[in-house]
Formats: sequence, C-alpha cells, structure tokens
Amino acid sequence: MIEKKNEHIKAGLMFASPGLFFFAMVVLIPFFYGFYLTLTNWNGVVNEKTFVGLSNYIITINDPEFWNSMLLTLKYVVWVVLLVNIIGFVLGYLLTNGLKGQNFFRSGFFTPNLIGGIVLGFIWEFLFSRVFVAIGKSSGFESLTSSWLSSPDTAFWALVIVTVWQLVGYMMLIYISGFTSMSRDVLEAASIDGATGLRKVKDVIFPLMMPSVVICTFLTLQRAFMVYDINLTLTNGGPFKSTVLVAMHVYDKAFTERLYGIGQAEAIFLFLVVAIISVIQVKTGRSREVEA
Amino acid sequence: MAKANQVKSTKEKIISTIFTLIVIVLFLCVLFPFVMIILNSFKAKIDIIKDPLSLSPTKGFSFQNFIDAFVGMHYLRAFGNSLFVTGFATLITITFSSMLAYYLVRYKNPFTTFMSNWIVASMIIPFQALMIPLVSIYGAKFGILNSRITLVLMHVGFSMALGTFIYQGFIKSNIPKALEEAALIDGASQYGIFFKIVFPLLGPTTATLIILNVLAFWNDYLLPTLVLSKKELLTLPLTTYTFYGTYSANYGVIMAALVLTVLPILILYFVLQRKIIDGVVSGAVK
Repeated sequence: MIEKKNEHIKAGLMFASPGLFFFAMVVLIPFFYGFYLTLTNWNGVVNEKTFVGLSNYIITINDPEFWNSMLLTLKYVVWVVLLVNIIGFVLGYLLTNGLKGQNFFRSGFFTPNLIGGIVLGFIWEFLFSRVFVAIGKSSGFESLTSSWLSSPDTAFWALVIVTVWQLVGYMMLIYISGFTSMSRDVLEAASIDGATGLRKVKDVIFPLMMPSVVICTFLTLQRAFMVYDINLTLTNGGPFKSTVLVAMHVYDKAFTERLYGIGQAEAIFLFLVVAIISVIQVKTGRSREVEA
Repeated sequence: MAKANQVKSTKEKIISTIFTLIVIVLFLCVLFPFVMIILNSFKAKIDIIKDPLSLSPTKGFSFQNFIDAFVGMHYLRAFGNSLFVTGFATLITITFSSMLAYYLVRYKNPFTTFMSNWIVASMIIPFQALMIPLVSIYGAKFGILNSRITLVLMHVGFSMALGTFIYQGFIKSNIPKALEEAALIDGASQYGIFFKIVFPLLGPTTATLIILNVLAFWNDYLLPTLVLSKKELLTLPLTTYTFYGTYSANYGVIMAALVLTVLPILILYFVLQRKIIDGVVSGAVK
C-alpha cells in the first residue's frame, strides 16, 4: 500500500508537476487572489493595499454605468448567439447536400476565424466608415450615407455584424460534422414514414442535432461574453461610450482609471453571470438530446 | 411514373439552385471585406478617400504602401516575436499537458480526481477575472512582466486546461494499458514509456492541439498587451495596434499593414487547410 502510494507520488512529480505548476500559477492562484483584491483599494502603483471590506462590491452594485454595460453585453450575446447559430446551422445543412464545390465553400467560410480580433476590427472600421459610405453615396441608399459607427444604435449592430461574420464559419464546421455523422438510415426512415420538409427538420433533424447545438451555443456564449479586441478596434466603446461591452468596462476600470479593486469586483460579477448561464445552457441542452 | 419523376427532378433542381444562390451570396459577404482591403492597400491615400471602390485610381496601383508599412511597423521584428512566443508556448503546452493528462488517466487517487474536476471547471473562468490579479502578482510583486518568456509561460498556464482535457479523453479511450505494461517488463523507464510509446500514439490529438494553440497564441491581443510594453518585444497584433494609432489618417499604409499581418496565417491555412479544419472541429466536439 505504501509502495503504491510512493509510486503515485513519484509519477506525479515526474508527469503532473510541471503542468500543474503553470496551471496553478496562472489560473488557480490568481483566481483566488482576485477575491482578496476586491477587498482592497489597490491602485496598481504602490505595493500597499488598504483593506476596505465589501465596499468595492457595493460600489459596483450601485454603478449604473457598469450594469448598462452588462445589459448591453447580454443584448449583444443574445443576438450573436442567435444569428451565428441560425446562419451556421443553415450553412452546415446547405453544405452537406452535395453542392458543387462544397469543400471550397467550407474553407472559405472558415477564413475569418483565422484572423485576430484586432485586425478584424480595423478591417471593418474601414468598411463601415469609408466603403459603405461610398456605396451609400453612389447608390443613394439612405441608411448607408453616414458611417454606422458614428451613431450609438447602428454602432451596436456593427459590432454584432462583425462578430457574426467572424464566428459563423466556425459553427458551420461543427454543424457540418453533426450533419455528416447523422445516419442516412434515420433520415430515410423518416421520409418513408412521411416526414418531409419542415416537419422533417423540426421532428427528426433538430433533435438529432442537439449535441451540436449545445456545443455551438456554449462556444458562442464564451466568445461573445469575453469579446474585447473587436470592441476596441471597431468602435473603441464609442460613440459617446455607448458600445462599451463589459470586458472593456472591466479593463478600463482597472488599467485606465486605476481602480483595481472595483475592476476585479466587476470581473467577478462577469464570472458569475457567465458561469450561471453556461451551466443552465448545458443542462437544458443535454436534457433535450436524444439517442439516435 | 416517368412524369412524376420528372416533376420531382425539376422541383429538386429549383431547390438546389436556391440553395446554391444562398451559399454564393453569403460567400460574397465573407469575401468582400478581404477584397476591399487588398484592393485599397495598393492605392494612394487620396484615391482611397475619393472612392475606395474605384478600380482605376488616378495615381494607379503601387507597392509603396507595403514598403512603408513593412518598415514602419518593424515587421520582421514583430514577426520574430510572434514566432518566438507562439512556437515555444505551443511546444511547452503540448509536452506538459500530455504528461499531465497521462498521469490523471493512469493514476487514480483522490488528488487526481480533484485536479481533473478543477481543470474542467476552470474553463468557464473568463480571462477578465484573472487579468487584474495576474498583473498585480507578476507585475507589482515579482516585476517579471515585459519579458517574452513570461508571456510564453502564461500562455502555457492558460492553455493547460483545454490541452489536458482533450488529451485525457483520447488517452482514456484509445491507448491500451497493456502496451505500457509490456514495455515496463522489458525494462523501459517511465519517461521512456511515455515519450517513446504513448506520445507518438497521441498524434491526431497533438495535431488538433497544435492548430488550436497556434491560432490562439498568434492572434491573442489582451494577454500580450498586459505583459509586454517595450517596443522591441511587441508581437504582430500589438504592433498592428500601435501602428494604426500613429498612421490612422494614412489609409493606404494601414491597409497594407493589415494585409501583411494576416498574410502569414493565410499562407499557413492555404497549405494546411484540411488539417486545420479537422483540428478545429475535433477540438470543439470533444
């Protein structure tokens, strides 16, 4: 027994310790240290931290700007999740039906995912502020004649459009792998039983695709809640701070205003929201899955 | 009967034409931004401001923007930094996460169960909840920011969870224990068994993780911007960002800089398309 225990410890040191060390140093320790930081008023410069109790949480709870930003983020996440999954699902369906050149289209649609958010934001900033305006002026298309980035409402939609444009190809790939692994027999049996068109989609295909829907929704949620770089280079929170998503709010609070304790308290609220939504989403999704 | 078939086939033809049209329209939406950026990267500033859509600019097309961007953003230096960080971080992540996963699967005890759970749970922590403590610990306390090695090791720490999780699943279902026992009887060392017998069998998973990690590290902005501030150390996304700040009025040069930034990853994609697509899918589905 003791020998076995020693063997476990020896192997642990040999195999697990390097990985666990970096995981602990970068994820676990900072995560718990973060809770301690919320109880202080650290300003990022001096090493001294004064203990301030729960006041950072109280300040955060009473900060309308933060909750506006959280609300805006929720609205953004809902639209991104819906659009990315609907378009991704449809594309996945269309590109598994033996369309000519479907492999070419698949790789093409995935391309935006290879590009970092910083560059994406800049590319679309140019499109919205120059190209679309030029199109609007030459075609007389009213809603394009002034840049979408210069008014709060359209700037929000610009953010949604760019995110959807980036993520759709990724989710399409996951849906494609779902569609290809769906057995032909089930589909044929359904057709023979008289299920066609929309009914086939709703009663046969959709339940069988539930695992893919769960994965895609989870991945889109994660990405959308944490988006920062597209927000930074596309709108930079503007115009008039109207498009500051919550990740940017946390960043600015901590690193621009130098209110680290408050910034971290906001980050913990973000963590709670993400954790609760992820758990609910995975649970409800799983319960709708069926065995094929 | 023959008529019924004919009707069905015309109906099918119409449907498939509609499908093709939808796909082509969406595809043009994906393509359009790229075309615009490339087109304008060859134009002079006044031509871009006058009409970004024009195919016959008054000043013609030239490579001048690319030369200016290449020199102005210290392209080679930034490229080298990105290569250093991405390369080492990927290499270390692969090695350590496969070793950790191997231990967690092969040695069952309360500690390994506990760690496995933490590793899975940690994946829902948003980066924003870790970045402030990270700066506080490694900047203010230890003063080890502004080093590419620090950035590499932080990337390693952050990607450990996903790597270990994916390797664990693969080892559990695909690597028979009998193989290792046979090698042990032949007198192989523990590291020998792992690196000579087990690791080569992890090939498909390793390929998936290399692709996921390379894409993530190469394109990352937020972590590098917190760690690196010295000009000489900046990676490509950071350089692009600062370059944009200085040249924002000069559209042509900016477009060229954006093209130069995306070019390496697009070339890689062109060569390894199938592998990258498979890697991304199996990384997500597991």
